[in-house]
Amino acid sequence: MSLRLKVNPIACEAHGMCAEVLPELIALDDWGYPILDERPITPELVDHAKRAAQACPTFALLIERDTPPQREE
Amino acid sequence: MSPRADIALPRLLAGMPAHGAMGLAEHRASSGELPYTTRRERRGAGALIDLVEQAGLRGRGGAAFPVARKLRAVTAAGGRTPLGKRPIVLANAAEGEPASAKDRLLLESLPHLVLDGGVLAARAVGADELIVCVEASAGAALQSVTRALSERERAGGDGLRIGIQTVPEGYVSGQESALVNLCNGGPAKPTLTPPMPFQRGVRRRPTLINNAETLAHLTLIARHGPHWFRALGTPADPGSALLTLSGAVSHPGVYEIEHGAPLQSLIEAAGGTTSPIRAVLLGGYGGTWLDGASIPELLLSNDRLACDGASLGAGVIVLLSAEACPVAEVTRATRWLAEQSSGQCGPCVNGLDAIAGALEEVLAGQPSAGVGKRIAHWSTLAKGRGACRHPDGVVSFVASALEVFAEELADHARHGPCDACVGPHVLPLPTPIELAAAA
Repeated sequence: MSLRLKVNPIACEAHGMCAEVLPELIALDDWGYPILDERPITPELVDHAKRAAQACPTFALLIERDTPPQREE
Repeated sequence: MSPRADIALPRLLAGMPAHGAMGLAEHRASSGELPYTTRRERRGAGALIDLVEQAGLRGRGGAAFPVARKLRAVTAAGGRTPLGKRPIVLANAAEGEPASAKDRLLLESLPHLVLDGGVLAARAVGADELIVCVEASAGAALQSVTRALSERERAGGDGLRIGIQTVPEGYVSGQESALVNLCNGGPAKPTLTPPMPFQRGVRRRPTLINNAETLAHLTLIARHGPHWFRALGTPADPGSALLTLSGAVSHPGVYEIEHGAPLQSLIEAAGGTTSPIRAVLLGGYGGTWLDGASIPELLLSNDRLACDGASLGAGVIVLLSAEACPVAEVTRATRWLAEQSSGQCGPCVNGLDAIAGALEEVLAGQPSAGVGKRIAHWSTLAKGRGACRHPDGVVSFVASALEVFAEELADHARHGPCDACVGPHVLPLPTPIELAAAA
């Protein structure tokens, strides 16, 4: 099992807190919305990732367990 | 088209009345009684999913997803929920694509063909409710469905609740999660998935959403079987399909073709072109532009078009005349698509607006430095970063336009608007677009 970052793009309001807490895996685009490193989070960054999720004022940053691939549509 | 196709087509549009809708009695006389009707038969309705799987039917709403897999997913999810949480089926006729007319035509002319498919799908997945989703602006289709439903009621009903949901006009309001949102009392805007509608949809029940044309095919598969269905089409993309052809052609309209048929034969069936063709748009405003020179080689099925990076999408084909200005067409459509964003996801709202703005600069002959690179950059930022695939579709539309119309774009960037810029518009847009930069 591995953990990955995911953003709820509807909830995200570009506060940018996540990129401040976790610059290793999160950059901001031209408008301040997060660009995520979607590879499995390495063990040493898991705690930072959890802190980044807690720092989000709109709870838009999610940490997801790997699930079987969802169908696209 | 091949002689064999001539014998077997039309299928869906067979017996289509010149005016008004085919009534229930006439529909039953031509299409037969609905299978899986008695209580005992209904217990075996799951067998229909096997038929659909053998037929290889793919969804006709744009994504071409295998229908049997969807049916199975909903059936399985229904089996996991407590009793009283039976699945719900949505028949999706909310096209959203301004250049598409096929689902509206089906509801207006052959409502029972679609309703039969919805009822059969409901029986197959164990649903007790069917909701027909129709655009609020499609008055004739709404009337036709309403009348068809009362006809069925008078004939004894279908043993399940059938309702109509009107859908507000909008490019993304017919998207699956937007329909679920709407049926649940929310706005017709997409939501974050998962949960997918088949997991948790309308009133938290497993929800099957099929395009209206898809359901019409399902009706015919239930009647004629998978072998009959596969007698037309390609092995990967079997059966026939409804396409909406428009642009520089003598008789624009909805045509039923065999999957894999040459585009050239469709154009001939529509009375030929009315001018030389500069380019063809395949799949709608989230689709792909191809150079007009490629038309003689194009075969109309998703497996064949994939070689050109295109797909049929929801069956939209627009022929762009060499006399029209592609830069003005693409810019107007892109601005409209940017405005059609549901406004929920930052990368879509900002990215599409930025891309449309850059195209407007090019059209006006006042591009800022590196405009091509900036469009590519914003495309990367918009793609895959919305809750729905609206930004992805617009990015594909624009990227293929940049490639096919490179010459015209360079010319506008240098010299500004051309004579054809003010010509009649080809791509239909439900709301008029004023281009600030071109004024």
